[in-house]
Amino acid sequence: MTAHNFDNIRNFSIVAHIDHGKSTLADRLIQFCGGLAEREMVEQVLDNMDIERERGITIKAQTVRLQYKAKNGNTYILNLMDTPGHVDFAYEVSRSLAACEGSLLVVDASQGVEAQTLANVYQALDAGHEIVPVLNKVDLPAAEPDRIKEQIEEVIGLDASDAVPISAKTGLNIEAVLEAIVEKLPSPKGDEKAPLKAMLVDSWYDAYLGVVVLVRVIDGVLKKGTPITMMGTGAQYHVDRIGVFSPKMTDLPQLGPGEVGFITAQIKQVSDTRVGDTITETKRECAEALPGFKPAQPVVFCGLFPVDAAQFEDLRAAMGKLRLNDASFSYEMETSAALGFGFRCGFLGLLHLEIIQERLSREFNLDLIATAPSVIYKLKLTDGSEIDLHNPADMPDVMKIEEIAEPWIRATIMTPDEYLGGILKLCQDRRGEQVDLNYVGKRAMVTYDLPLNEVVFDFYDRLKSISKGYASFDYHITEYRPGDLVKMSLLVNAEPVDALSMLVHRTRAEMRGRAMCEKLKDLIPQHLFQIPVQAAIGGKIIARETIRALRKDVTAKCYGGDISRKRKLLDKQKEGKKRMRQFGKVEIPQEAFIAALKMDS
Amino acid sequence: MANDRPPFDAGFGVYVHWPFCASKCPYCDFNSHVRHQPVDEARFVRAFQRDIAHQAGLAPGRTVSSVFFGGGTPSLMQPATLAAILDAIAQHWSIAAEVEITLEANPTSVEAERFRGYRTAGINRVSLGVQALDDDDLRALGRMHDVDEALWAVRVAASIFKRYSFDLIYARPKQTPQSWRAELEEAIGYAAEHLSLYQLTIEPGTMFERLHKAGKLTVPDTDMLRDLFDVTQDVCEKHGLPAYEISNHARPGAECRHNLLYWRYGEYVGTGPGAHGRLWTGGQRLAFSSEKHPETWCERVETQGHGLIESELLKGAEEGDEFLLMGLRLREGIDPERYRLLTGRPIDPARTGRLLEQGFIEILRNRNIRASAQGVPVLDAVVADLAI
Repeated sequence: MTAHNFDNIRNFSIVAHIDHGKSTLADRLIQFCGGLAEREMVEQVLDNMDIERERGITIKAQTVRLQYKAKNGNTYILNLMDTPGHVDFAYEVSRSLAACEGSLLVVDASQGVEAQTLANVYQALDAGHEIVPVLNKVDLPAAEPDRIKEQIEEVIGLDASDAVPISAKTGLNIEAVLEAIVEKLPSPKGDEKAPLKAMLVDSWYDAYLGVVVLVRVIDGVLKKGTPITMMGTGAQYHVDRIGVFSPKMTDLPQLGPGEVGFITAQIKQVSDTRVGDTITETKRECAEALPGFKPAQPVVFCGLFPVDAAQFEDLRAAMGKLRLNDASFSYEMETSAALGFGFRCGFLGLLHLEIIQERLSREFNLDLIATAPSVIYKLKLTDGSEIDLHNPADMPDVMKIEEIAEPWIRATIMTPDEYLGGILKLCQDRRGEQVDLNYVGKRAMVTYDLPLNEVVFDFYDRLKSISKGYASFDYHITEYRPGDLVKMSLLVNAEPVDALSMLVHRTRAEMRGRAMCEKLKDLIPQHLFQIPVQAAIGGKIIARETIRALRKDVTAKCYGGDISRKRKLLDKQKEGKKRMRQFGKVEIPQEAFIAALKMDS
Repeated sequence: MANDRPPFDAGFGVYVHWPFCASKCPYCDFNSHVRHQPVDEARFVRAFQRDIAHQAGLAPGRTVSSVFFGGGTPSLMQPATLAAILDAIAQHWSIAAEVEITLEANPTSVEAERFRGYRTAGINRVSLGVQALDDDDLRALGRMHDVDEALWAVRVAASIFKRYSFDLIYARPKQTPQSWRAELEEAIGYAAEHLSLYQLTIEPGTMFERLHKAGKLTVPDTDMLRDLFDVTQDVCEKHGLPAYEISNHARPGAECRHNLLYWRYGEYVGTGPGAHGRLWTGGQRLAFSSEKHPETWCERVETQGHGLIESELLKGAEEGDEFLLMGLRLREGIDPERYRLLTGRPIDPARTGRLLEQGFIEILRNRNIRASAQGVPVLDAVVADLAI
């Protein structure tokens, strides 16, 4: 088969909400097309990382080339692009989508359309995709395919009459999905003779191969040995390996227009490759780069410190390794009076933050203290200058500040209507402004403008608990707005704990201050002396709790000569103390830092 | 050999564990066992003899300043059994002229009848497990005696032994500071020179723990524990029985020397099932422990010549921790120089400074450090602060 036989190629992605069965469907498609033998199948073939498998999310884009012999007798090359599904990775999603011509929209036939589905399907439509709706889990008793079809038409405005009813779990109707891909999705177009133009879809670091780059060829032909230039960074390389995932890595001599595959080119770091960049021939550059390229922009920041100061170098090394594979994660060294040496880290969003933290502790076995997450505030100073502030510890003197602006987001929340009241209250409490409220059957879709700094604190956790997990949530940053923001400090035994200071809206300060003091009261163990825990704005105390001094703590009876037993208890106490941080005379357990920031009310 | 004795001498004692009881008390997590057949005391005597001989080889040439028969219930032993064990001790070490030999005994009429025999065997001090002066509470504690019987036993002990002590357990369910004050004052009337006053604690693996977990046993909260503790100090001080250790009260000079030896971090042999020892041997301090199960302990002694199952070499820092843990329980406090001798470094002055300033420890005229009146009730936290 020749590469420029466009008619036989289909590039598609799968748009779905978490848990609606995207990865399982991908597994079935691979299986049906014989990409892997039965014994090689693991669940969620395309999700390589433990975290991806466990949480059912895709963090890195993956691709797989399938060969499908259709009922019309022709054999097709189907390139499945598995994209990250979360808003934190919206830019990566948009690039992956730009590398395809069509999408499968997978909707759970009992759950229906979710906020995330909506955001992603709109992105797919924006990318000019043809869309084939697929109703998954139709084998479940709770499935209501007809109602869900109506919902798809109503909410998304997509004709769902030909939606393919399947069960990815049991393998029901998988062939019909493949037929729909072949019949309904367009084949790619391109010019084989034109100068090389390929999109860098994603990249990752492989311990054996170095950086592996996922590419979609638009025009021209990508061959082994070709000198290439990354148009965004200007970096030049020689292609030394080229191929496709089937889903195992399979080498090919070349990739033509419309094809999707990988290259390696002795690239040292992932940060040398930018998602969305245009790859061209060094000797014959294409006239213009692909549109839509932009560098990753961190949105949420927090400090990460090793619990054990001796692990600082390990943490530095671990961050370096993660950064190798994730250029969107940034870090720089930071020192905290209380927490010692650590790093100020930037993330694409909250999920990204959680993932990085989890990978650091899981893959590198590091015990970390994370400080309060912060957004980037734009400060106008009285001397006319402007600064970006992403660490409350760096806040200039209030007298020098003219104005503080904070990022706002537009959030879309979909929920069964019985939880709507609680969700509206949550959004109002978080300074939200309602933009829109619609009903789709029994599901409400509400749009709110919210300050991002209200969302970085456990908004998602609260939303889930209010809606018993049924609400879905998506957002994008819209603008910066000036706000009445103040720096709130937490004082333990009259000593400020910098790791717990934060910028809050004045109207919310007292409530949050009180909540944090109450939390800390329970989290800090009793000491030999009484400990006041206070929240303050400037010199003004806005909330206070007191941890009572220990009154009785002495072993009544020593067991004859068995001192070992007592010594082991003492060793345990010492171990516990090691996991605490000393603030003046007070020892604060590391869990307190994380737990204090979660709010229950 | 200059290195054949510990860095400082705080005495040398022998602890003998008799692991059998007539019944198991619901609060007790000591190594005690109930047997429905008579115990083969002759076999145990032979085992004790061999175990003592073995341990004498580990710490030869010492002079025994105290012996303590604990349990279990050692007053279930025949006086002849006890005499044979004492003979074995005397055979391997020299015995100090003023040696203190204590027997723990239950205050029942059966046992009181053996008191004279124990004195003949060499016992010169008894410690009676009276536990409460309230019949309902004695039943709740699973004791087999009532108040009258216990007081009779105390009188018998007083007539036979120059030195005797008894134990009370307080912070019992529903106890109030008023009722405890009255009970303690009554007890002091019967106590000649020494009282051990232990707060009831819920220990893992006991019947009380199961009841407590099931919500069927309510124990006083921390505030009440503190109030009861304060009442104890107050009443005993007034009656001339100050606490010389957290839970032990004596007229000056009547302190239990064997227990002082533990708290002063002296050397001691532990013989018998589950017994622990600390011996300086081969220029190092070792922590020994023995097989806990009585018959298995016997078998081990019979086959390997001793009942020890573990000997842990203590590092200087561990010795220092043990020294602090034990010594700070004493009103006389600890000699910081001894800590330095054990660990090779002084107690962190920053830590002592802070605790001094906060008033939890004080420094005596002889430079000893001790827990202050304010520090004693929270001693575990104070030690944890000092030890790290």
